[in-house]
Amino acid sequence: MTYRRVSFLLMIICLSLIGLQSETSTKTVHAFSDQVIQHGAVGDDVIELQSRLQYVGFYNGKIDGVFGWGTYWALRNFQYEFGMEIDGLAGQATKDKLVKASDYDEGYVKGKINQGQDFTHYGGGDRTDNQSAPQADTPTDTGGSVSAANVPQGYSQNDIQLMANAVYGEARGEPYEGQVAVAAVILNRIESPTFPNTASGVIFEPRAFTAVADGQIWLTPNETAREAVLDAINGWDPSSNALYYFNPDTATSGWIWTRPQIKKIGKHIFCK
Amino acid sequence: MVRWILIGVLSLALIGTGFWGYREHQEKNAILTQAENTYQRSFHELTYHMDLLHDQIGTALAMNSTERLSPQFVEIWRLTSEALSNVGQLPLGLLPFNKTEEFLSNIGDFTYKTAVRNLENSPLTDEESETLKQLYSQSGDIKDELRQVQHIALENNLRWMDVQLALANPDEQVDNTIIDGFKTVEKSVEGFNEGNSQSSVIGTSSNDHKYKYLNGDKISEQDALEKSKEIFNVENEENLTIAESGEGSDVPMYSVSYHNDEKRAYMDISQQGGHPLNILVSRDIANNQISLNEGAEKAQDYLESFDLDSMSLFQSSEYNNVGVYSFLYNENDVRVYSDAVEVKVALDNGDVLGLSTNNYYMNHSDRDIPEPDISEEEAKEMVNPNVDIQEEFLAVIDNDLGEEVLVYEFLGVLDNDTFRIFINAMNGQEEKVEKLDGTEINFASNF
Repeated sequence: MTYRRVSFLLMIICLSLIGLQSETSTKTVHAFSDQVIQHGAVGDDVIELQSRLQYVGFYNGKIDGVFGWGTYWALRNFQYEFGMEIDGLAGQATKDKLVKASDYDEGYVKGKINQGQDFTHYGGGDRTDNQSAPQADTPTDTGGSVSAANVPQGYSQNDIQLMANAVYGEARGEPYEGQVAVAAVILNRIESPTFPNTASGVIFEPRAFTAVADGQIWLTPNETAREAVLDAINGWDPSSNALYYFNPDTATSGWIWTRPQIKKIGKHIFCK
Repeated sequence: MVRWILIGVLSLALIGTGFWGYREHQEKNAILTQAENTYQRSFHELTYHMDLLHDQIGTALAMNSTERLSPQFVEIWRLTSEALSNVGQLPLGLLPFNKTEEFLSNIGDFTYKTAVRNLENSPLTDEESETLKQLYSQSGDIKDELRQVQHIALENNLRWMDVQLALANPDEQVDNTIIDGFKTVEKSVEGFNEGNSQSSVIGTSSNDHKYKYLNGDKISEQDALEKSKEIFNVENEENLTIAESGEGSDVPMYSVSYHNDEKRAYMDISQQGGHPLNILVSRDIANNQISLNEGAEKAQDYLESFDLDSMSLFQSSEYNNVGVYSFLYNENDVRVYSDAVEVKVALDNGDVLGLSTNNYYMNHSDRDIPEPDISEEEAKEMVNPNVDIQEEFLAVIDNDLGEEVLVYEFLGVLDNDTFRIFINAMNGQEEKVEKLDGTEINFASNF
């Protein structure tokens, strides 16, 4: 009998502790970590920054967790209005000012984002109306809240994916720099007047890549191939401006040997 | 005896038929792949062209001078016809896709009419600007829808051949995400009715000036090895391999690669002066410990260790725990776009993972940068009055003719988009207008 009572008591204590915990976590005043947030950053601090800027009426874009141009101008205008140094960096002074000027309800914002709702008005008035419901099921997974991604100027994630497919199909056994080089060749061809002007045009050009002809392009690429493509787009070119490459063991065309060669990376010879 | 001959002949015929059948089968597959590839190409090009079209219409909104506006309309017109021909090559015969085609040809008509008109004498009317704005938002919707379909298609390896089959047999239950997606695209165009009716500058340059600034003495293979040991931070030479570049190379260099169990490293180093042109380190990267901002300082320090000072941070982006920074050469507060350097920093421990100085060494030289002839205020007046200018710089860029020109660079906002506008600092001409993006909806996170 006593044993049952004790365990019952324990259960109650546990439950109330859990209750307390969730109480405190939603009520604590959340504040930024101590990093300086700058253009291009991604993550929870950016979500908080965007929410707070929206709260005080400077930011009217999407709260997506990526510090893009919209956030940048909002931050600069905030710094201007509050008489601070206008540098577009969220340093300690700026963050303190922001925390003082605004409220941030992390659970509410992230709940909304995770539900996939578009909401662009996080601010005093219209928030309280529909606040009660989503607060109950605050998701604990914070990593998934960022709903956008940085992409290099002029490229979509799909373009990158398609190129990653091509790189993986063509060079998956090659060293990392060899994969970057293959991606760079695709980019050099887009730039070149003698080749098509789009990534898909270059990749699907008949007889251009063996991986396309035999269907290997549709293997699922790994993360390395994606990274290689990103590096190439961001400016790395280990092929040194090559337009062609071939594997000397399997090359069938004699013509390719007449091209001036630049270098060999892994199994591939890169040439002009 | 006769029987055995007969059996022999027949089995030979059987093997022959089998072989022939197999060849036929292989040929059929090759042709199917070929056709599939053509469809894939048209589809991916269509999405790309729609994306570009959206950007170009946005850019036209931010333009001011008629000398730039006419070519811009021609460019949009060209893109619509490309996109139209892409649509035409897709196997959508059984799907009503005419609204989208109509939309495209509407844009084409509109831009053609305005492009051939003398905009100097009869500039865009208010209604026309309004139409342009509508086309802009509509093309944005279509672009997003198409990108979404493209994402699904890439994610699930969807085949156009299957789409064709699905379209032909409406009774059969097949995964027809592509068809559904295209129907949504078609829906989003319906709102439009007639009544209302790339290139980046950074690091690009003409090829005249080739590696003028690679100063210093020629280094030997042994010197290059020593230098790479220092840069890769390794003691012994066992895992290092080095090779000299061939005759096709723009500039003679050594390529050094290194690998151990944890990481691979690669470097191109110029023979003249021993300057690193490319460094790439690849290893597994843990979660962020340092911020993008701290990473930028590491990147700057790293550049200074190679005597690349007077570089100023131009752009920074975070991808999967890696910070990618791009720097521009800065001479007396004038930033030179062609002399760009990129650095990659791991945000788990702050190690530098990459350096690319190829553009810098290819384009850098001692320039004679003149004083601007017109004032900043005068240049500002050349900018479209609807653009709210937020930041200004002096810069040197390569214009459309491939000449280096001194420009005022204005960063401004029009509605919710940011534009980079270059005004010639000598004659006030609008040299380039660029719409800036760099952030995209993460399609994968919506599922």
